[in-house]
Amino acid sequence: MADTHGAVAEHTGHSQLRHHFDSMEQQFDSATLGMWVFLLTEIMFFGGMFCAYTVYRSTYPEAFASTSQHMNPLWGAVNTAVLIVSSLSMALAVRAARLGQQKALQLLLIVTMIFGLAFLGVKAIEYHEHWVDMKVPLIAGHWDYSEAPQFARQAQIMFCFYFFMTGFHALHMVVGVGLMTTILIMARKGTFSAEYFTPVEISGLYWHFVDIVWIFLFPLLYLIGRTKTIF
Amino acid sequence: MHQIPSVRTYVIIWAILTLMTFVTYKVAQIELHEWNIVVALLIAFFKMMLVILFFMNVKAESPLTKLFAGAGFFWMILLLGQTLIDYISRAWMPEGKMW
Repeated sequence: MADTHGAVAEHTGHSQLRHHFDSMEQQFDSATLGMWVFLLTEIMFFGGMFCAYTVYRSTYPEAFASTSQHMNPLWGAVNTAVLIVSSLSMALAVRAARLGQQKALQLLLIVTMIFGLAFLGVKAIEYHEHWVDMKVPLIAGHWDYSEAPQFARQAQIMFCFYFFMTGFHALHMVVGVGLMTTILIMARKGTFSAEYFTPVEISGLYWHFVDIVWIFLFPLLYLIGRTKTIF
Repeated sequence: MHQIPSVRTYVIIWAILTLMTFVTYKVAQIELHEWNIVVALLIAFFKMMLVILFFMNVKAESPLTKLFAGAGFFWMILLLGQTLIDYISRAWMPEGKMW
């Protein structure tokens, strides 16, 4: 299968085949591997935050469980479901691109973006609730933790983790929606075909990675100490 | 190029992922003491594997790509493992103080 494609590319000289690659197959594999290398740097980026979170949570377990009561797990669960739907439509978009179904590809990219934006909308509602509830640490006049004064200081640490981790994740979502916009414009220009769909594939890898980060953020930030009221 | 999975496969994976999200949400409300976090992380790990193998299609990728994807796990184990060994063992020291 692989050889056939390579041979076809060489004979027809596909317009998207760069001269330093032997075949479309080789070009595609190189791009995929390159994207995985980038994702590894992303694992290091988020991994550092997850590691710091682990250390502080194991040090202040009660404070983290108490502070987690200020997160709304229903919003978190809804957003998880929204992201999973967007991942499904992204996977289907890549599939459509591979089969050369241009209309389906464009439609599925739009669906992916809509769900990505819905996620960001819910996140904005949550951030606003924290702002109104005076749960924004480090900003004078927006921090009040009088309901559990024994955890007042550690709760700021927990909320810093919350805002940094979900904030960087949301930033990745914004970048992801930007990527999808670019891919959609390329698709409309007729860049892609069943032989060439590399940008769709590697943007999809990025989108799924951002989904995975949220799959871990959801239980770690929203679902601690849900079995009892700790205040 | 690679074999193209069917729409059916993707939809089944999506259904399992959504179901597991519901399960993790519900299990968090059951008192399992220190096992709550273990169950939550196991479910998250399972969901991650489904996304990696099916949505990201690593199942069908070249061995080199699989190696690189696996390297991410190895690095996370080193990072979390070594760090936790340090912090947990500090409490074992006589007159040990965390910080």
